[in-house]
Amino acid sequence: MPTVELRFAALNGHVRTARMIATAVSRRAGVPVGATDEIKLAVTEACARAVRVNRRHAPQAPVHVALTETPDTFTVTVADRGQAGDEVAPGPDGGLVTASTLLDLEPESTAPPWWSEPADDDPAADSAGFPPGLGLALIEGLVDEVQISRGADGIGTVVAMTWHTGAVVPPSVPAL
Amino acid sequence: MDLSLTTRQEGNHTVVVVGGEIDVYTAPKLREQLIDLVSGGSYNLVVDMEGVEFLDSTGLGVLVGGLKRVRAHDGSLHLVCTQERILKIFRITGLTKVFPIHSSVEDALAANE
Repeated sequence: MPTVELRFAALNGHVRTARMIATAVSRRAGVPVGATDEIKLAVTEACARAVRVNRRHAPQAPVHVALTETPDTFTVTVADRGQAGDEVAPGPDGGLVTASTLLDLEPESTAPPWWSEPADDDPAADSAGFPPGLGLALIEGLVDEVQISRGADGIGTVVAMTWHTGAVVPPSVPAL
Repeated sequence: MDLSLTTRQEGNHTVVVVGGEIDVYTAPKLREQLIDLVSGGSYNLVVDMEGVEFLDSTGLGVLVGGLKRVRAHDGSLHLVCTQERILKIFRITGLTKVFPIHSSVEDALAANE
């Protein structure tokens, strides 16, 4: 059972609230201080993505956030009610593509396609032509484990992000 | 904490001092500020992010949009940031290759002389 659950209307202004709650609960759960910044950013990206997806497909539906702690893990799930696969950019191995790959800023690339497009003057377009899926790609770089699945009733996407909070496993030492 | 923005002129550069949280909700305010500056003829910008407590991908998008705008006028957009938690986001995305990032406003101004 989740430690804390939160449902909020699909509005950008509530993303900060979700971020603050996740931060507070993660601290209580004993997440190392160094991981707090990662949790803040990952939760923000996941919630901002869910808000966008809901506003496109189900503007009346709330975004659902569940924060769950076990002795060794802290997990945040963020569920939207949009179309499956919206703003999910799968990588070649079936996992998520990394942010630098998605932005085509790998060492061998010179001018990524999104880069040469002129700045968009549409006030709604704050993404500067970033490809959809950047939020999840960023999360991939911030989280110990991330799982993307369909909603339980087949609607929407659930992003589950897990951080390991237990004692750090020491590198294996050869038995004497 | 909300987003705070102040600007000042340093020679032919405009320094934008940003404080607080840049996220999906507050980023439009920064976007408007950058658009206003470019519309007003300021094409050489230094964005001082030392007071920024949080930055998300929307904020990154706004900075990239600003960079595209000044480049359209042969201008420049330099960042000032020494905070590890903010720099990390630029590294994860590879955007360290896109933005010149400096450790102080003085360095940013000197680099763009």
